Amino acid sequence: MHLYTARRRPAILAGLAIASVALLTACGTTSTPSGSGGAPDKLGTMEGSVSILAWPGYVEDGSNDPTVDWVTAFEDQTGCKVTSKSYGTSDEAFTLMKTGDYDVVAASGDASLRLVAAGDVAPVNTDLLKNYAGIFDFLKMQSWNSVDGVSYGIPHGYGANLLMYNTDTFTTPPTSWDVVFDKGSAYAGKVTAYDSPIYIADAAVYLMAHSPELGIKNPYALDTTQLAAAVDLLKGQRANVGEYWSDYLKEIQAFETGDSVVGTTWQVIQNSVTTGNTDVVLPEEGTTGWSDTWMISSQAKSPNCAYAWLDYIASPEANAQATAYFGEAPSSQAACDFRDDCESYHAGDEAYASQIWYWSTPIAKCLDGRTDVECTDYSAWTTAWQEIKG
Amino acid sequence: MPRAVVPRPRETTARKLSVFLSKHARVRLALLLSAPLFWLGLVYIAALAALLVTALWTVDSFTGKISQTWTLDNIVTVLSGSLYQAVTLRTVGVALLVTLIDVLVALPIAFYMAKVASPRAQRLLVIAVLMPLWASYLVKAYAWRSVLSQGGIFEWLVKPFGGESPGYGLPATIITLSYLWLPYVILPIYAGLERVPNSLLEASSDLGAKTGRTLRSIMLPMLWPAIIAGSIFSFSLSLGDYITVNIVGGANQLLGNLVFTNVGAANNLPLAAAIALIPIAIMIVYLTAARRTGALDNL
Repeated sequence: MHLYTARRRPAILAGLAIASVALLTACGTTSTPSGSGGAPDKLGTMEGSVSILAWPGYVEDGSNDPTVDWVTAFEDQTGCKVTSKSYGTSDEAFTLMKTGDYDVVAASGDASLRLVAAGDVAPVNTDLLKNYAGIFDFLKMQSWNSVDGVSYGIPHGYGANLLMYNTDTFTTPPTSWDVVFDKGSAYAGKVTAYDSPIYIADAAVYLMAHSPELGIKNPYALDTTQLAAAVDLLKGQRANVGEYWSDYLKEIQAFETGDSVVGTTWQVIQNSVTTGNTDVVLPEEGTTGWSDTWMISSQAKSPNCAYAWLDYIASPEANAQATAYFGEAPSSQAACDFRDDCESYHAGDEAYASQIWYWSTPIAKCLDGRTDVECTDYSAWTTAWQEIKG
Repeated sequence: MPRAVVPRPRETTARKLSVFLSKHARVRLALLLSAPLFWLGLVYIAALAALLVTALWTVDSFTGKISQTWTLDNIVTVLSGSLYQAVTLRTVGVALLVTLIDVLVALPIAFYMAKVASPRAQRLLVIAVLMPLWASYLVKAYAWRSVLSQGGIFEWLVKPFGGESPGYGLPATIITLSYLWLPYVILPIYAGLERVPNSLLEASSDLGAKTGRTLRSIMLPMLWPAIIAGSIFSFSLSLGDYITVNIVGGANQLLGNLVFTNVGAANNLPLAAAIALIPIAIMIVYLTAARRTGALDNL
């Protein structure tokens, strides 16, 4: 490299850099106010296509496994051609919905409220959905699928975060979450936990039972003191954690090899472990869980097909297929007629369901109705979670 | 003898242009370079500028929308937060250890390949070193996950000697990263060794220098640029990694994980951009230091 070019180049590069900065700032995003008008009173004609954003395994058209297909039947019935995209985390779904490219989204409770708040989803008139009536009552009009008495979607399926343990290590089954918290040091390096800020709620559920003086009424409504207590508990747990999991295949493997012996899990993971030396329990403190909702975008280009999809996926047969494939309880009793494993997911067991605190997005306005304090929101939880992991 | 008549060429536009270009060397050069320079500017400079600009914005935690108000908050958070300092130190430590291990392993392998092996064995060894690069990064990381698991191959190997598997954690991360980046370190050192003439080694021993002396005074100074080149690969690649530590790192997190969770889980692009500036700053320091040693002159 000759010297004169070497000296001149920085000037060129600087010029380019300035130009590109100018360009970038010039084409900044224009924010469009996305008002979430009212829900329609009646449906019109089908638009011929619908675009769906969902968890993997929720919209199967036979392309992954020819025997797993509930989309083709929908297309034949309604004439709405389905295009779908799957996402990996609630946060990814939240970001993708901002593009306005999707008519329908399957959102978990830790995304749904944010979607409503951001005006990305529209209210849903459940009178237009004939399968809505059959859905378990304890899933309807909950804090994660309705706001101020207005429904924002139709429930899909639900499951609980359970305590999984290795039966070789635990001769007597644990009954409390204390094996991963206060007594976790006995299993140091072999405790596992879910790798998401939402796991802070699991610590809060434990504190609700063991530290009543903190006054936690809802694990998703934590003021700063309560959050600090949960964070302390989780920092103590961190010393015993072998690894955190967010990929469920990773947890299956860790339990099969014995690298993890106790920790939070999903029913589908227990069903997938092949070594047979694990079991799950719903501890006495109760637990957190997830309940998914099909929602319609406020910018939907095909609202009629979107309503048709919501109704179809809640129909017993389609709902049974979709929830069985993913490994969760269906949304209606009728769906259990099409499944033989409803028992293991405790579908429709209201007493079981009442012990589950379904994922909700923590927001500054306390979800438990307190008005004298401001609660910590999801971004505070995210920061806290990073500090816990250290 | 009649002289051949060369007809005067027609004055077409193309010809005029070509005449103009042949007379103006600078214009020719500018036209030639503008396309690649534009590309370079777009891909590297614009991306870096976008990163820097994003780091100066904030995100509305309620609606998740980016608000373009200028603030240094993110930079201040990243510089002053004890979390970021701890994770930065851990990341740099891992990257340094990985680099050290890779250089130590690569030197004898490269020496054997370049100076000892027969030409046929040399070719086979180069293929052998390159072979892991044909497999997916993820496959290799997951392979190490099963190797290091309880009752895995590693434990089976060291158990007779009273050892045990390190389990998932930082040691596992360092082992896996060292394995992943080893070819990138071997190849530059091998290329550097090829350029060291055998006659110099012979001359050194003729003058009475022992092996150690020859290595220290002849080989190492000539190899230094190659070692630095290799270390830049392993250091920078380790600095940005977040997948390996996710797979075998147990509960630990590195800078890459912080960036990843801030983009993915927290939907906080500005903070992620601010964190991403840390490895860039470290690499600038590293490259400047490497330049000071003069190692980059001979590349």
